[in-house]
Amino acid sequence: MNGIHDIGGMHNIGPVNIEQDEPVFHHDWERKVYAMTLATMGAGIFATDEVRYMTETIPPADYLTFSYYEKWLYSLEHMMLLKDVVTGEELESGKVTAPGLPAGVEAASVERMQYGMNNRIPVFVDADIPPKFRVGDEIIARNINPLHHTRIPRYIRGRRGVVEMHHGIFLLPDTNAHGGPDKPQHVYNVRFTARELWGEEAPEQDRVYIDLFDDYMDPAG
Amino acid sequence: MAGSSHRAPLTDVQLRVRALESLLVEKGAVNPETLDAIIDHFENKVGPHIGASIVARAWTDPGFKARLLEDASGTMAELGYTGIEGSHMVVVENTEKIHNLVVCTLCSCYPWPVLGLPPNWYKSTPYRARAVRDPRGLLKEFGLELAQDTEVRVWDSNAEIRYLVLPRRPHGTEDMSEEELQELITRDSMVGTGLVALKQ
Repeated sequence: MNGIHDIGGMHNIGPVNIEQDEPVFHHDWERKVYAMTLATMGAGIFATDEVRYMTETIPPADYLTFSYYEKWLYSLEHMMLLKDVVTGEELESGKVTAPGLPAGVEAASVERMQYGMNNRIPVFVDADIPPKFRVGDEIIARNINPLHHTRIPRYIRGRRGVVEMHHGIFLLPDTNAHGGPDKPQHVYNVRFTARELWGEEAPEQDRVYIDLFDDYMDPAG
Repeated sequence: MAGSSHRAPLTDVQLRVRALESLLVEKGAVNPETLDAIIDHFENKVGPHIGASIVARAWTDPGFKARLLEDASGTMAELGYTGIEGSHMVVVENTEKIHNLVVCTLCSCYPWPVLGLPPNWYKSTPYRARAVRDPRGLLKEFGLELAQDTEVRVWDSNAEIRYLVLPRRPHGTEDMSEEELQELITRDSMVGTGLVALKQ
């Protein structure tokens, strides 16, 4: 989706505000929003890609003015609605009027979350798929403009790069954000020159590295 | 599209959060003790001190550094530094001629197990907009002016791989212990918005 979230390269967004000795959370409600999001994700109610997409659907003016955790709250409320965990009436009133949860939904235990926070849980997919690219290959990032979730930002579309690393096989976010079907694909790190992305005014030696799925690239031939 | 049926946002965020929490707890979708454990983990356990211990060890143990650059995920996991948003790690090394900077232009991806949760500036739209296009100008706002001939490498962590910068060890620290070195290593130096310096 060509949304406001895809902001890499934009001008006039303002200065970076750096807060000295910043706390992890600024308000108690931020702690709660963060923890509820992780706990419901840990319970398997939604995937990371789904909640990322939900955040991308925030209307642009709100996206630019909401605080970080206001965005999370928006996404969590709408995800709970989408997954039938709560109703709109319940969110308005704060009172349970439709008791019960969708089949199979169960709160994540402390042990389950502790395991996820302290153990390596690779999201590699075990699939026998040949890679389409090799380290050193020259590629062109595809010029695609899907309405759905995607992790190929606009600023590299149509640009030429070189495969720098091979990371393994992961689920393509474009379908994983929308309930499937699963599309396991190889992911590579790809190097672009700053000049390829931003023109001749960019310093000659500067580079941008980004991770791309098979579906995001074509061979540059 | 999810955009079509949005209810109007309420103004009182705290009331919305309280309502949502009571609904999710009463319905059994979240366990209050689990929420407490998550908050405690990210507020009190993980943070830049973990990344600093990894960097200090890499500076003092060449074998460890080589393993870290070769297989960051496995090497960190052996030390117990792993978990959600840190199971696929890559460490990129600063040198005399190369400076690395990490961003997530599309959202706020960050290596939680080794740096904790990101500061607001990292998640902000100005940082995300500028890091890939004008890293040198951006870094000046952090007080960091790079030499003209330095190669700037910006890492946009848009997939499930998370990046940690291995900063340069400053001159004058040759006699310092690993513990003393850890004290010098800042969060910003491991994101690439700072350098490690001797304390004044």
